Amino acid sequence: MKITKDQVEKVALLARLELTDAEAETFTGQMDAILAYVDKLNELNTDGIVPTAHAVPMENAFRADEVRDSIGIDNALANAPKRAESFFRVPKVIE
Amino acid sequence: MEYRAVIGLEVHVQLNTNTKIFCGCSTRFGAEPNSQTCPVCLGMPGALPVLNRQVVEHAIKAGLATNCEIAPRSIFARKNYFYPDLPKGYQISQYELPICSTGHLDIEVDGTVKKIGITRIHMEEDAGKLVHSDVPGVGDDSCVDLNRACTPLLEIVSEPDLRSADEAVAYLKKLHQIVVYLGISDGNMEEGSFRCDANVSVMKVGADKFGTRTETKNVNSFKFVKQAIDYEIERQIEVIEDGGTIVQETRLFDPNTGVTRSMRGKEEAHDYRYFPDPDLVPLVISDDWVEDVRLGLPELPEAKRRRYMEELGLPAYDAEVLTATRELAAYFEACLEFHSQPKLVANWVMGEVTRALNEENRPIAEAPVTPQLLAELLQLIDKGTISGKIAKTVFDEMWRTGKPPAKVVEEKGLVQVSDTGEIERIINEVLAREAGQVAEYRSGKDKLFGFFVGQVMRASKGKANPAVVNELLLKKLQG
Repeated sequence: MKITKDQVEKVALLARLELTDAEAETFTGQMDAILAYVDKLNELNTDGIVPTAHAVPMENAFRADEVRDSIGIDNALANAPKRAESFFRVPKVIE
Repeated sequence: MEYRAVIGLEVHVQLNTNTKIFCGCSTRFGAEPNSQTCPVCLGMPGALPVLNRQVVEHAIKAGLATNCEIAPRSIFARKNYFYPDLPKGYQISQYELPICSTGHLDIEVDGTVKKIGITRIHMEEDAGKLVHSDVPGVGDDSCVDLNRACTPLLEIVSEPDLRSADEAVAYLKKLHQIVVYLGISDGNMEEGSFRCDANVSVMKVGADKFGTRTETKNVNSFKFVKQAIDYEIERQIEVIEDGGTIVQETRLFDPNTGVTRSMRGKEEAHDYRYFPDPDLVPLVISDDWVEDVRLGLPELPEAKRRRYMEELGLPAYDAEVLTATRELAAYFEACLEFHSQPKLVANWVMGEVTRALNEENRPIAEAPVTPQLLAELLQLIDKGTISGKIAKTVFDEMWRTGKPPAKVVEEKGLVQVSDTGEIERIINEVLAREAGQVAEYRSGKDKLFGFFVGQVMRASKGKANPAVVNELLLKKLQG
């Protein structure tokens, strides 16, 4: 086994996903199969090869430090489930 | 049992760029909530971040000023967690390959210089701001302002080389002075431009392993840093002495009570699952770029302080005071351009100028007496037109009116009297009036000489040239 149900449940919790017991079982099996497949890559010798950070062979994409128009408060809040004045309104955060 | 504290600091410096780190929204402080947002900083699906080149320049400056190595290649990573002030569900930061690493700063505490290691400096975006109370009609809900989301930060992480709250404060002050000198941050601690998290642990003297550490978050003044660290050291020692163990946790400092308290509950989420951000390509910094930035660096406080002592011959104290801020040093240096007597200029800048600024709580940029005007005033003293004492009166008038010193002297009739005839006349008057004291002086009470000088100066309204007064008075009294 490459992955356990406990690990799937932990990842689900971190991603704020609610899984039923049956779903957790299913995903454990599927993810285990995926990882086992990808595991084949471990057969390659990667000594001295820099880990890939990006799939495209490109570097240094910059912007100049010049202000551009923002989209406006109403546009920013258009998809908000709740708003209060110019704010997004969210359930209380406990600290 | 003796304990030793082990402290490391993580400092977040907000950079003073015009725009955010990954989009063109303005970073101006105090704008209407959510008015400075766009699809990138709101975390809309499909929006692509593009790195602000100025942020990279600022990070290189910070790295060079703290003796770091600048990484030829660095990458951005996603730090994953959920919080309402973080629209994307991850913060773009740097993890495995930060832009700067292995630097150090020298701090001085109680006359001893100590080298404090800097582990790394990396670039990241700030989160938004949660407002809990001042919006009417929202009840218990929280309000989110994303203007600050995606604002550029440098996180500067020290090695656990600090051993007391005083060392921590000395390190922080030094770092603060450097970023402000570099002009990469306004360093405003009240507005959160310079924030500090303190990692603190204690160990028994002689132990070879560090104790378990706690992290105290967001301590936002030098005073609070000292309080928070001192409290945390005491608390941990007490826990251990009582037979308990320290829990690795995040704590929050409460400035009102001066204590830190546990923020348990946030702990379970501390699994950030960093991975390289596929939206951002690697950052490659050439030696030429680093050299360009190095050439553009301003003179840093330490170098300035040394130069003031070695080249200008100023005492260590003066050099320290004058280099406290870049603006004060610039004022001093500008004044020197017009009047090259470092110690005299230093005395006036640290004395009258600083006093006047403090009285009105104004920044030096607003000083009505410009460096050139101050120099003109000092020249009047040099030429003997006015005495050093009268110069202070002239200075106050210049400060009030912004007028040049020559004009003030003329208008107020403050020209120093060096004319021996005029001074002799005043001396004769004073001696005639104080015949009793004169007799006493002549019978051997030498100490009265100062009294006569004072009387003559007063009778001349301070305008008599003191050297001439001394000379003539001595002659008269002996004659």
